[in-house]
Amino acid sequence: MGSGLLEFIINTLKIALIFVGIVSTVPLLVWVERRGSAFMQNRLGPNRVGPLGLLQLAADAVKFIFKEEFIPQKAEKVLYFMAPGLALLPAALTFVAVPLSTPVTVMGHTINMQMADINVGIIYIFAVASLGVYGILAAGWSSGNKYSLLGALRASSQMISYELAMGLSIVGILMIFRTFSLNEMITAQTGHLSFIWQGSTTTVSWLPNWGIFFQPVAFVLFITSGFAETNRLPFDLPEGEAELVAGYHTEYGGFKFNMFFMGEYGHMITSSALITTLFFGGYAIPFMSPDEVLKFWMGHAQGMAGLISLSAADIASILTTLTHLVSFLLKTGFWLFVYIWVRWTLPRFRYDQLMDLGWKTLLPWALANLVITTVFMFFARVKM
Amino acid sequence: MIQQLAPVLVLIVVVVGFVVVSLSLTFLAGPKRKPTAQKQMPYECGIPGIDNQTTKFSVKFYLTAILFILFDIEVIFLYPWALIYTDFLNYGPFIFVEMMVFMAILTFGFIYVWKANALDWD
Repeated sequence: MGSGLLEFIINTLKIALIFVGIVSTVPLLVWVERRGSAFMQNRLGPNRVGPLGLLQLAADAVKFIFKEEFIPQKAEKVLYFMAPGLALLPAALTFVAVPLSTPVTVMGHTINMQMADINVGIIYIFAVASLGVYGILAAGWSSGNKYSLLGALRASSQMISYELAMGLSIVGILMIFRTFSLNEMITAQTGHLSFIWQGSTTTVSWLPNWGIFFQPVAFVLFITSGFAETNRLPFDLPEGEAELVAGYHTEYGGFKFNMFFMGEYGHMITSSALITTLFFGGYAIPFMSPDEVLKFWMGHAQGMAGLISLSAADIASILTTLTHLVSFLLKTGFWLFVYIWVRWTLPRFRYDQLMDLGWKTLLPWALANLVITTVFMFFARVKM
Repeated sequence: MIQQLAPVLVLIVVVVGFVVVSLSLTFLAGPKRKPTAQKQMPYECGIPGIDNQTTKFSVKFYLTAILFILFDIEVIFLYPWALIYTDFLNYGPFIFVEMMVFMAILTFGFIYVWKANALDWD
Protein backbone atom coordinates (compact mmCIF):
# COMPACT_ATOMS: atom_id res chain seq x y z
CA MET A 1 0.00 0.00 0.00
CA GLY A 2 2.76 2.42 1.02
CA SER A 3 4.73 1.95 -2.22
CA GLY A 4 1.47 2.07 -4.22
CA LEU A 5 0.63 5.44 -2.70
CA LEU A 6 4.14 6.74 -3.41
CA GLU A 7 3.85 5.59 -7.00
CA PHE A 8 0.48 7.34 -7.35
CA ILE A 9 1.92 10.59 -5.97
CA ILE A 10 4.94 10.37 -8.29
CA ASN A 11 2.69 9.73 -11.28
CA THR A 12 0.34 12.58 -10.43
CA LEU A 13 3.27 14.95 -9.96
CA LYS A 14 4.68 13.81 -13.29
CA ILE A 15 1.38 14.48 -15.04
CA ALA A 16 1.07 17.90 -13.44
CA LEU A 17 4.68 18.73 -14.39
CA ILE A 18 4.28 17.70 -18.01
CA PHE A 19 0.95 19.57 -18.29
CA VAL A 20 2.54 22.71 -16.86
CA GLY A 21 5.41 22.11 -19.28
CA ILE A 22 3.07 22.08 -22.27
CA VAL A 23 1.09 25.07 -21.02
CA SER A 24 4.27 27.09 -20.59
CA THR A 25 5.77 25.93 -23.88
CA VAL A 26 2.84 27.43 -25.75
CA PRO A 27 3.60 31.08 -24.90
CA LEU A 28 7.25 30.39 -25.67
CA LEU A 29 6.25 29.07 -29.10
CA VAL A 30 4.06 32.13 -29.65
CA TRP A 31 7.06 34.29 -28.81
CA VAL A 32 9.27 32.33 -31.25
CA GLU A 33 6.56 32.63 -33.86
CA ARG A 34 6.21 36.41 -33.44
CA ARG A 35 9.95 37.12 -33.21
CA GLY A 36 10.70 34.62 -35.96
CA SER A 37 8.11 36.06 -38.32
CA ALA A 38 9.43 39.53 -37.60
CA PHE A 39 12.93 38.32 -38.41
CA MET A 40 11.74 36.73 -41.66
CA GLN A 41 9.83 39.88 -42.67
CA ASN A 42 12.63 42.25 -41.73
CA ARG A 43 10.90 43.97 -38.80
CA LEU A 44 11.41 43.93 -35.02
CA GLY A 45 8.48 42.10 -33.44
CA PRO A 46 7.62 42.37 -29.72
CA ASN A 47 10.79 43.65 -28.01
CA ARG A 48 9.54 46.13 -25.37
CA VAL A 49 8.44 43.98 -22.41
CA GLY A 50 11.42 42.41 -20.66
CA PRO A 51 14.64 41.16 -22.26
CA LEU A 52 14.10 40.37 -25.97
CA GLY A 53 10.38 40.82 -25.37
CA LEU A 54 10.24 37.56 -23.41
CA LEU A 55 7.95 38.98 -20.73
CA GLN A 56 5.41 39.75 -23.45
CA LEU A 57 4.08 36.24 -22.74
CA ALA A 58 3.31 37.04 -19.12
CA ALA A 59 1.78 40.35 -20.14
CA ASP A 60 -0.45 38.57 -22.66
CA ALA A 61 -1.61 36.02 -20.10
CA VAL A 62 -2.53 38.77 -17.61
CA LYS A 63 -4.33 40.71 -20.34
CA PHE A 64 -6.37 37.61 -21.25
CA ILE A 65 -7.56 37.25 -17.65
CA PHE A 66 -8.62 40.90 -17.32
CA LYS A 67 -10.77 40.87 -20.45
CA GLU A 68 -14.54 41.24 -20.17
CA GLU A 69 -16.55 38.00 -20.27
CA PHE A 70 -18.92 38.49 -23.14
CA ILE A 71 -21.70 36.29 -24.51
CA PRO A 72 -23.13 37.12 -27.93
CA GLN A 73 -26.92 37.31 -27.93
CA LYS A 74 -27.45 34.52 -30.43
CA ALA A 75 -25.00 32.10 -28.83
CA GLU A 76 -25.97 28.71 -27.39
CA LYS A 77 -24.59 29.52 -23.95
CA VAL A 78 -23.64 26.07 -22.63
CA LEU A 79 -21.90 24.91 -25.79
CA TYR A 80 -20.35 28.34 -26.24
CA PHE A 81 -18.55 27.97 -22.92
CA MET A 82 -17.73 24.30 -23.37
CA ALA A 83 -16.16 24.64 -26.82
CA PRO A 84 -12.78 26.13 -25.75
CA GLY A 85 -12.34 23.32 -23.23
CA LEU A 86 -13.32 20.73 -25.84
CA ALA A 87 -10.67 22.16 -28.16
CA LEU A 88 -7.95 22.18 -25.48
CA LEU A 89 -8.63 18.72 -24.00
CA PRO A 90 -7.64 16.47 -26.96
CA ALA A 91 -4.53 18.58 -27.58
CA ALA A 92 -3.37 18.01 -24.02
CA LEU A 93 -4.39 14.34 -23.93
CA THR A 94 -2.50 13.27 -27.06
CA PHE A 95 0.84 14.14 -25.49
CA VAL A 96 0.29 11.51 -22.76
CA ALA A 97 1.48 8.64 -24.96
CA VAL A 98 4.67 10.27 -26.26
CA PRO A 99 7.87 8.83 -24.71
CA LEU A 100 10.10 11.73 -23.68
CA SER A 101 13.23 9.86 -22.59
CA THR A 102 14.58 6.61 -21.15
CA PRO A 103 13.23 5.50 -17.74
CA VAL A 104 15.28 6.84 -14.85
CA THR A 105 16.18 4.63 -11.86
CA VAL A 106 16.94 6.49 -8.63
CA MET A 107 17.32 4.70 -5.26
CA GLY A 108 15.49 1.62 -6.44
CA HIS A 109 12.55 3.53 -7.96
CA THR A 110 12.09 3.44 -11.72
CA ILE A 111 10.25 6.42 -13.18
CA ASN A 112 9.00 6.25 -16.75
CA MET A 113 9.61 9.43 -18.72
CA GLN A 114 6.24 9.03 -20.38
CA MET A 115 2.93 9.89 -18.79
CA ALA A 116 1.20 6.66 -19.80
CA ASP A 117 2.92 3.70 -21.44
CA ILE A 118 0.01 2.75 -23.68
CA ASN A 119 0.70 -0.39 -25.74
CA VAL A 120 -1.44 0.91 -28.62
CA GLY A 121 0.11 4.41 -28.37
CA ILE A 122 -0.15 5.34 -32.03
CA ILE A 123 -3.84 4.37 -32.27
CA TYR A 124 -4.54 6.21 -29.02
CA ILE A 125 -2.96 9.40 -30.39
CA PHE A 126 -4.89 9.23 -33.65
CA ALA A 127 -8.16 8.49 -31.85
CA VAL A 128 -7.82 11.35 -29.38
CA ALA A 129 -6.42 13.85 -31.90
CA SER A 130 -9.44 13.35 -34.16
CA LEU A 131 -11.71 14.40 -31.28
CA GLY A 132 -10.38 17.92 -31.81
CA VAL A 133 -13.02 18.36 -34.53
CA TYR A 134 -15.78 18.49 -31.89
CA GLY A 135 -14.39 21.54 -30.13
CA ILE A 136 -14.16 23.44 -33.40
CA LEU A 137 -17.62 22.38 -34.60
CA ALA A 138 -19.16 23.25 -31.21
CA ALA A 139 -17.49 26.68 -31.29
CA GLY A 140 -18.63 27.44 -34.81
CA TRP A 141 -22.18 26.28 -34.34
CA SER A 142 -22.82 27.78 -30.91
CA SER A 143 -21.51 31.26 -31.73
CA GLY A 144 -24.57 32.17 -33.82
CA ASN A 145 -22.44 33.84 -36.47
CA LYS A 146 -22.34 32.77 -40.09
CA TYR A 147 -18.59 33.26 -40.38
CA SER A 148 -18.08 30.99 -37.40
CA LEU A 149 -20.32 28.33 -38.88
CA LEU A 150 -18.58 28.43 -42.27
CA GLY A 151 -15.16 28.32 -40.61
CA ALA A 152 -16.16 25.34 -38.48
CA LEU A 153 -17.55 23.46 -41.49
CA ARG A 154 -14.40 24.09 -43.46
CA ALA A 155 -12.22 23.06 -40.53
CA SER A 156 -14.03 19.79 -39.85
CA SER A 157 -14.21 18.88 -43.53
CA GLN A 158 -10.52 19.56 -43.97
CA MET A 159 -9.50 17.69 -40.83
CA ILE A 160 -11.39 14.51 -41.67
CA SER A 161 -10.10 14.57 -45.27
CA TYR A 162 -6.48 14.77 -44.23
CA GLU A 163 -6.95 12.26 -41.44
CA LEU A 164 -7.42 9.62 -44.16
CA ALA A 165 -4.09 10.31 -45.82
CA MET A 166 -2.43 10.52 -42.42
CA GLY A 167 -3.88 7.20 -41.28
CA LEU A 168 -2.94 5.48 -44.53
CA SER A 169 0.62 6.83 -44.57
CA ILE A 170 1.25 5.22 -41.18
CA VAL A 171 0.36 1.69 -42.36
CA GLY A 172 3.71 1.24 -44.12
CA ILE A 173 5.54 2.25 -40.94
CA LEU A 174 3.47 -0.25 -38.94
CA MET A 175 4.38 -3.02 -41.39
CA ILE A 176 8.07 -2.34 -40.79
CA PHE A 177 8.04 -1.82 -37.01
CA ARG A 178 5.35 -4.46 -36.34
CA THR A 179 4.14 -2.68 -33.20
CA PHE A 180 1.66 -0.01 -32.06
CA SER A 181 3.77 0.96 -29.05
CA LEU A 182 5.81 4.13 -29.49
CA ASN A 183 8.45 2.87 -27.06
CA GLU A 184 9.09 -0.26 -29.10
CA MET A 185 9.27 1.84 -32.28
CA ILE A 186 12.05 3.93 -30.75
CA THR A 187 13.91 0.82 -29.62
CA ALA A 188 13.65 -0.52 -33.18
CA GLN A 189 15.22 2.69 -34.53
CA THR A 190 18.48 2.68 -32.52
CA GLY A 191 21.88 2.00 -34.02
CA HIS A 192 22.94 1.93 -37.66
CA LEU A 193 20.60 1.43 -40.61
CA SER A 194 20.20 -2.32 -40.98
CA PHE A 195 17.59 -4.62 -42.48
CA ILE A 196 17.20 -8.24 -43.51
CA TRP A 197 17.28 -8.57 -47.30
CA GLN A 198 16.23 -12.03 -48.51
CA GLY A 199 17.51 -13.71 -45.39
CA SER A 200 20.83 -11.88 -45.00
CA THR A 201 21.40 -8.80 -42.86
CA THR A 202 22.57 -5.63 -44.61
CA THR A 203 24.01 -2.72 -42.63
CA VAL A 204 24.60 0.82 -43.87
CA SER A 205 27.04 2.24 -41.36
CA TRP A 206 26.78 5.92 -42.32
CA LEU A 207 23.01 6.23 -41.77
CA PRO A 208 21.05 5.95 -38.51
CA ASN A 209 18.32 3.30 -38.35
CA TRP A 210 15.49 5.84 -38.76
CA GLY A 211 11.99 5.25 -40.11
CA ILE A 212 12.36 7.94 -42.78
CA PHE A 213 14.87 5.78 -44.68
CA PHE A 214 12.34 2.93 -44.83
CA GLN A 215 9.30 5.07 -45.67
CA PRO A 216 10.33 8.40 -47.26
CA VAL A 217 7.02 8.87 -49.10
CA ALA A 218 5.08 8.21 -45.90
CA PHE A 219 7.09 10.97 -44.22
CA VAL A 220 6.13 13.55 -46.86
CA LEU A 221 2.47 12.49 -46.69
CA PHE A 222 2.50 12.52 -42.89
CA ILE A 223 4.03 15.95 -42.48
CA THR A 224 1.74 17.46 -45.15
CA SER A 225 -1.38 16.09 -43.48
CA GLY A 226 0.07 17.18 -40.15
CA PHE A 227 -0.05 20.80 -41.33
CA ALA A 228 -3.68 20.36 -42.40
CA GLU A 229 -4.66 18.61 -39.16
CA THR A 230 -3.33 21.48 -37.06
CA ASN A 231 -5.01 24.08 -39.32
CA ARG A 232 -1.71 25.80 -39.95
CA LEU A 233 -0.70 27.70 -43.05
CA PRO A 234 -0.69 26.82 -45.96
CA PHE A 235 -3.89 25.04 -44.90
CA ASP A 236 -5.40 27.57 -42.48
CA LEU A 237 -8.59 27.96 -44.52
CA PRO A 238 -10.81 27.62 -41.39
CA GLU A 239 -9.63 31.02 -40.21
CA GLY A 240 -8.77 32.60 -43.55
CA GLU A 241 -9.07 36.16 -42.26
CA ALA A 242 -9.64 37.74 -45.67
CA GLU A 243 -12.88 35.80 -46.18
CA LEU A 244 -14.12 34.60 -42.78
CA VAL A 245 -12.98 37.29 -40.28
CA ALA A 246 -11.44 34.68 -37.94
CA GLY A 247 -13.39 31.52 -38.71
CA TYR A 248 -14.76 29.42 -35.87
CA HIS A 249 -13.42 31.70 -33.11
CA THR A 250 -14.77 34.97 -34.49
CA GLU A 251 -17.04 35.49 -31.48
CA TYR A 252 -14.46 34.50 -28.87
CA GLY A 253 -12.21 36.77 -26.88
CA GLY A 254 -10.07 36.80 -23.76
CA PHE A 255 -9.12 33.51 -22.16
CA LYS A 256 -11.58 31.48 -24.23
CA PHE A 257 -9.77 32.57 -27.38
CA ASN A 258 -6.49 31.75 -25.66
CA MET A 259 -7.68 28.17 -25.17
CA PHE A 260 -8.26 27.66 -28.90
CA PHE A 261 -4.79 29.05 -29.41
CA MET A 262 -3.30 26.67 -26.83
CA GLY A 263 -5.17 23.80 -28.47
CA GLU A 264 -3.68 24.60 -31.86
CA TYR A 265 -0.16 24.83 -30.46
CA GLY A 266 -0.70 21.69 -28.39
CA HIS A 267 -1.59 19.79 -31.56
CA MET A 268 1.53 21.24 -33.17
CA ILE A 269 3.72 19.98 -30.32
CA THR A 270 2.22 16.47 -30.45
CA SER A 271 2.49 16.38 -34.21
CA SER A 272 6.18 17.36 -34.08
CA ALA A 273 6.82 14.80 -31.36
CA LEU A 274 5.10 12.14 -33.49
CA ILE A 275 7.17 13.01 -36.57
CA THR A 276 10.27 12.67 -34.39
CA THR A 277 9.12 9.35 -32.93
CA LEU A 278 7.96 7.68 -36.14
CA PHE A 279 10.60 8.89 -38.60
CA PHE A 280 13.60 10.21 -36.68
CA GLY A 281 14.27 7.74 -33.91
CA GLY A 282 12.40 9.55 -31.09
CA TYR A 283 14.60 10.32 -28.11
CA ALA A 284 17.34 7.92 -29.27
CA ILE A 285 20.69 9.48 -30.14
CA PRO A 286 21.78 8.66 -33.73
CA PHE A 287 24.14 5.63 -33.94
CA MET A 288 24.00 5.02 -30.16
CA SER A 289 21.61 2.78 -28.27
CA PRO A 290 20.46 3.88 -24.79
CA ASP A 291 22.60 1.11 -23.27
CA GLU A 292 25.75 2.49 -24.87
CA VAL A 293 24.92 5.98 -23.56
CA LEU A 294 24.42 4.50 -20.09
CA LYS A 295 27.79 2.73 -20.32
CA PHE A 296 29.43 6.01 -21.39
CA TRP A 297 28.03 7.89 -18.39
CA MET A 298 28.89 4.97 -16.08
CA GLY A 299 32.55 5.58 -16.90
CA HIS A 300 32.24 9.24 -15.92
CA ALA A 301 29.91 8.78 -12.96
CA GLN A 302 32.51 7.04 -10.78
CA GLY A 303 34.34 10.32 -10.22
CA MET A 304 31.13 12.24 -9.44
CA ALA A 305 29.76 9.70 -6.96
CA GLY A 306 31.88 11.15 -4.16
CA LEU A 307 30.54 14.69 -4.65
CA ILE A 308 26.81 13.96 -4.29
CA SER A 309 25.19 11.44 -1.98
CA LEU A 310 23.99 9.21 -4.85
CA SER A 311 25.48 5.99 -6.13
CA ALA A 312 27.34 5.95 -9.45
CA ALA A 313 24.56 3.90 -11.07
CA ASP A 314 21.95 6.50 -10.06
CA ILE A 315 23.99 9.38 -11.44
CA ALA A 316 24.61 7.55 -14.70
CA SER A 317 20.89 6.78 -15.02
CA ILE A 318 19.93 10.42 -14.43
CA LEU A 319 22.54 11.67 -16.91
CA THR A 320 21.38 9.15 -19.55
CA THR A 321 17.78 10.28 -19.16
CA LEU A 322 18.80 13.95 -19.40
CA THR A 323 20.88 13.29 -22.54
CA HIS A 324 17.96 11.58 -24.23
CA LEU A 325 15.56 14.28 -23.11
CA VAL A 326 17.79 16.92 -24.73
CA SER A 327 17.95 14.82 -27.89
CA PHE A 328 14.13 14.55 -27.95
CA LEU A 329 13.68 18.27 -27.34
CA LEU A 330 16.17 19.19 -30.08
CA LYS A 331 14.46 16.98 -32.66
CA THR A 332 10.95 18.08 -31.71
CA GLY A 333 12.06 21.70 -31.51
CA PHE A 334 13.40 21.48 -35.03
CA TRP A 335 10.04 20.27 -36.41
CA LEU A 336 8.24 22.97 -34.43
CA PHE A 337 10.50 25.50 -36.07
CA VAL A 338 9.67 24.00 -39.49
CA TYR A 339 5.97 24.55 -38.68
CA ILE A 340 6.64 28.23 -37.99
CA TRP A 341 9.01 28.58 -40.93
CA VAL A 342 6.48 27.15 -43.41
CA ARG A 343 3.74 29.43 -42.07
CA TRP A 344 5.74 32.52 -42.98
CA THR A 345 6.94 31.16 -46.31
CA LEU A 346 4.01 29.63 -48.19
CA PRO A 347 0.80 31.37 -49.27
CA ARG A 348 -2.65 29.97 -48.49
CA PHE A 349 -4.42 27.42 -50.69
CA ARG A 350 -7.87 27.95 -52.19
CA TYR A 351 -10.51 25.66 -50.70
CA ASP A 352 -11.09 23.49 -53.78
CA GLN A 353 -7.31 23.15 -54.22
CA LEU A 354 -7.05 22.07 -50.61
CA MET A 355 -9.67 19.36 -50.97
CA ASP A 356 -8.16 18.25 -54.28
CA LEU A 357 -4.75 17.92 -52.66
CA GLY A 358 -6.20 15.83 -49.84
CA TRP A 359 -8.42 13.49 -51.86
CA LYS A 360 -6.86 13.43 -55.32
CA THR A 361 -3.17 13.65 -54.51
CA LEU A 362 -2.33 12.56 -50.98
CA LEU A 363 -4.84 9.69 -50.80
CA PRO A 364 -3.77 7.99 -54.10
CA TRP A 365 -0.13 8.46 -53.17
CA ALA A 366 -0.73 6.90 -49.77
CA LEU A 367 -2.54 3.95 -51.38
CA ALA A 368 0.24 3.51 -53.95
CA ASN A 369 2.90 3.71 -51.23
CA LEU A 370 1.07 1.03 -49.28
CA VAL A 371 0.71 -1.33 -52.26
CA ILE A 372 4.32 -0.85 -53.33
CA THR A 373 5.56 -1.50 -49.79
CA THR A 374 3.42 -4.63 -49.57
CA VAL A 375 4.62 -6.02 -52.91
CA PHE A 376 8.23 -5.11 -52.21
CA MET A 377 8.20 -6.76 -48.80
CA PHE A 378 6.57 -9.84 -50.30
CA PHE A 379 9.15 -10.40 -53.02
CA ALA A 380 12.31 -9.12 -51.35
CA ARG A 381 11.39 -10.36 -47.86
CA VAL A 382 12.75 -7.15 -46.35
CA LYS A 383 12.56 -7.08 -42.60
CA MET A 384 13.80 -4.61 -40.06
CA MET B 1 -5.21 -1.69 -20.02
CA ILE B 2 -7.14 0.21 -17.32
CA GLN B 3 -3.88 0.66 -15.45
CA GLN B 4 -2.25 2.07 -18.55
CA LEU B 5 -5.02 4.59 -19.08
CA ALA B 6 -5.24 5.79 -15.45
CA PRO B 7 -2.90 8.77 -16.12
CA VAL B 8 -5.23 9.82 -18.93
CA LEU B 9 -8.13 10.07 -16.47
CA VAL B 10 -5.97 12.09 -14.06
CA LEU B 11 -4.96 14.43 -16.87
CA ILE B 12 -8.61 14.92 -17.92
CA VAL B 13 -9.33 16.08 -14.36
CA VAL B 14 -6.29 18.40 -14.43
CA VAL B 15 -7.27 19.95 -17.79
CA VAL B 16 -10.94 20.40 -16.86
CA GLY B 17 -9.82 21.97 -13.58
CA PHE B 18 -7.53 24.34 -15.48
CA VAL B 19 -10.35 25.35 -17.87
CA VAL B 20 -12.87 25.93 -15.07
CA VAL B 21 -10.44 27.87 -12.85
CA SER B 22 -9.14 30.11 -15.63
CA LEU B 23 -12.63 30.83 -16.99
CA SER B 24 -14.00 31.71 -13.56
CA LEU B 25 -10.92 33.83 -12.91
CA THR B 26 -11.70 35.88 -16.00
CA PHE B 27 -15.30 36.05 -14.90
CA LEU B 28 -14.25 37.52 -11.53
CA ALA B 29 -11.40 39.75 -12.70
CA GLY B 30 -12.84 41.11 -15.93
CA PRO B 31 -14.75 44.38 -16.11
CA LYS B 32 -18.55 44.19 -15.96
CA ARG B 33 -20.34 46.48 -18.37
CA LYS B 34 -23.95 46.54 -19.39
CA PRO B 35 -24.18 44.99 -22.87
CA THR B 36 -25.77 47.11 -25.56
CA ALA B 37 -27.84 45.82 -28.45
CA GLN B 38 -25.13 46.68 -30.98
CA LYS B 39 -22.46 44.94 -28.95
CA GLN B 40 -24.44 41.71 -28.74
CA MET B 41 -25.01 41.45 -32.47
CA PRO B 42 -23.08 38.76 -34.36
CA TYR B 43 -19.87 40.27 -35.69
CA GLU B 44 -20.23 41.40 -39.27
CA CYS B 45 -17.65 43.95 -40.41
CA GLY B 46 -19.26 46.80 -38.52
CA ILE B 47 -22.62 47.12 -40.29
CA PRO B 48 -25.89 45.54 -39.07
CA GLY B 49 -26.09 41.87 -40.08
CA ILE B 50 -28.47 41.06 -42.91
CA ASP B 51 -28.27 37.30 -42.63
CA ASN B 52 -28.07 34.83 -39.78
CA GLN B 53 -26.55 31.46 -39.04
CA THR B 54 -29.26 29.58 -40.94
CA THR B 55 -27.31 30.44 -44.08
CA LYS B 56 -27.43 27.53 -46.50
CA PHE B 57 -24.16 25.74 -47.03
CA SER B 58 -22.88 23.35 -49.62
CA VAL B 59 -24.07 19.73 -49.53
CA LYS B 60 -20.46 18.81 -50.39
CA PHE B 61 -19.64 18.95 -46.69
CA TYR B 62 -22.07 16.09 -46.02
CA LEU B 63 -20.68 14.12 -48.94
CA THR B 64 -17.13 14.52 -47.68
CA ALA B 65 -18.16 13.31 -44.24
CA ILE B 66 -19.86 10.20 -45.69
CA LEU B 67 -16.87 9.37 -47.88
CA PHE B 68 -14.60 9.87 -44.90
CA ILE B 69 -16.50 7.30 -42.85
CA LEU B 70 -16.34 4.76 -45.69
CA PHE B 71 -12.61 5.12 -46.25
CA ASP B 72 -11.67 5.52 -42.61
CA ILE B 73 -13.24 2.17 -41.72
CA GLU B 74 -11.17 0.53 -44.44
CA VAL B 75 -8.01 2.16 -43.09
CA ILE B 76 -8.84 0.76 -39.64
CA PHE B 77 -9.01 -2.72 -41.20
CA LEU B 78 -5.47 -2.27 -42.51
CA TYR B 79 -3.93 -1.58 -39.09
CA PRO B 80 -4.03 -5.06 -37.51
CA TRP B 81 -3.10 -6.58 -40.87
CA ALA B 82 0.00 -4.38 -41.15
CA LEU B 83 1.13 -5.51 -37.72
CA ILE B 84 1.27 -9.22 -38.57
CA TYR B 85 2.12 -8.98 -42.27
CA THR B 86 5.86 -9.86 -42.28
CA ASP B 87 5.46 -12.61 -39.68
CA PHE B 88 2.58 -14.28 -41.51
CA LEU B 89 4.45 -14.27 -44.82
CA ASN B 90 6.33 -17.28 -43.45
CA TYR B 91 3.06 -19.26 -43.68
CA GLY B 92 2.65 -18.66 -47.40
CA PRO B 93 1.35 -15.91 -49.68
CA PHE B 94 -2.28 -16.03 -48.43
CA ILE B 95 -2.02 -12.81 -46.38
CA PHE B 96 -0.47 -11.02 -49.38
CA VAL B 97 -3.09 -12.16 -51.92
CA GLU B 98 -5.95 -11.45 -49.53
CA MET B 99 -4.83 -7.87 -48.96
CA MET B 100 -4.24 -7.29 -52.68
CA VAL B 101 -7.87 -8.28 -53.29
CA PHE B 102 -8.99 -5.93 -50.53
CA MET B 103 -6.88 -3.09 -51.92
CA ALA B 104 -8.21 -3.72 -55.44
CA ILE B 105 -11.81 -3.37 -54.20
CA LEU B 106 -10.86 -0.25 -52.23
CA THR B 107 -9.12 1.30 -55.24
CA PHE B 108 -12.05 0.43 -57.50
CA GLY B 109 -14.40 2.19 -55.08
CA PHE B 110 -12.09 5.18 -54.95
CA ILE B 111 -11.94 5.43 -58.76
CA TYR B 112 -15.73 5.17 -58.92
CA VAL B 113 -16.13 8.01 -56.42
CA TRP B 114 -13.62 10.09 -58.37
CA LYS B 115 -15.30 9.44 -61.74
CA ALA B 116 -18.71 10.24 -60.24
CA ASN B 117 -17.33 13.74 -59.53
CA ALA B 118 -17.96 13.30 -55.81
CA LEU B 119 -14.51 14.77 -55.08
CA ASP B 120 -14.96 17.94 -57.14
CA TRP B 121 -15.39 21.33 -55.48
CA ASP B 122 -16.41 24.15 -57.73
